[in-house]
Amino acid sequence: MAVKVIIPTPLRPYAGKHDHVDVAANTVGEALSSLIAQHGDLRRHLYQDDGRLRSFVNVYVNDDDIRYLQKEATPLKDGDTISIVPSIAGGSTGNPACAAFALPRTAPPGLAVPPMES
Amino acid sequence: MRLQLSPAVGEEIRAHGARGYPHEVCGALLGRQVAADGNGDAALREVTALLPLENRRDDSPRNRFSVAPEDVLRAERAAEASSLELLGWYHSHPDHPARPSEFDREHAWPWYSYVILSVAEREPGEMTSWRLADDRSGYAAERIELG
Repeated sequence: MAVKVIIPTPLRPYAGKHDHVDVAANTVGEALSSLIAQHGDLRRHLYQDDGRLRSFVNVYVNDDDIRYLQKEATPLKDGDTISIVPSIAGGSTGNPACAAFALPRTAPPGLAVPPMES
Repeated sequence: MRLQLSPAVGEEIRAHGARGYPHEVCGALLGRQVAADGNGDAALREVTALLPLENRRDDSPRNRFSVAPEDVLRAERAAEASSLELLGWYHSHPDHPARPSEFDREHAWPWYSYVILSVAEREPGEMTSWRLADDRSGYAAERIELG
């Protein structure tokens, strides 16, 4: 099946600056594999080291999220459009290393400013 | 890499961060790529408008934020309607410094500018901007210019 994969702006530098890539595939998984075969630098941004799609990578076939279809086994038909849509996430803490950056809510006693002497 | 914020945009991010405290707030940065992209100092982006968005992480809003894919599409459409580009995202770190966390890095996309505002005890403080390295190993700082 000939389908079109829409590349989101942040990934275009890794896809030859194209806003879409045409591939031939029977399933979403095949289409993404074909995309990566053409543009290998996309892999690390789409997939985790264990080969699963990253959680903040959303894939739609036409208007439907593949999580509510058959995920990567979702079948395709000629002319389908696959969209890769980012979701954005973050936050101030996530692991102990970051806790080192945490701002103290109150000054530790040793850092208290002494009263001015007259 | 430089990220220019108009004074109104800078003030709006700070006000949003203070208003949302102690929760993280987030939104989209809309503007233009002014000069050649890349890692060099010539790379300049100009943010001229914001789209404040709802933090979808209602289970842990004090130290997490999330923008749903439908909001990302809304931000892309808002940028297009104004002949602007969706350049990146801002979020606040309540009672934490304006430094990307490991969680930020794991969830970041390349190319986007990520502005982080520190808000301590409701007072907006330092604001920084970052871009993810191509190999996802870390961030490069992007200099914020107000003007």
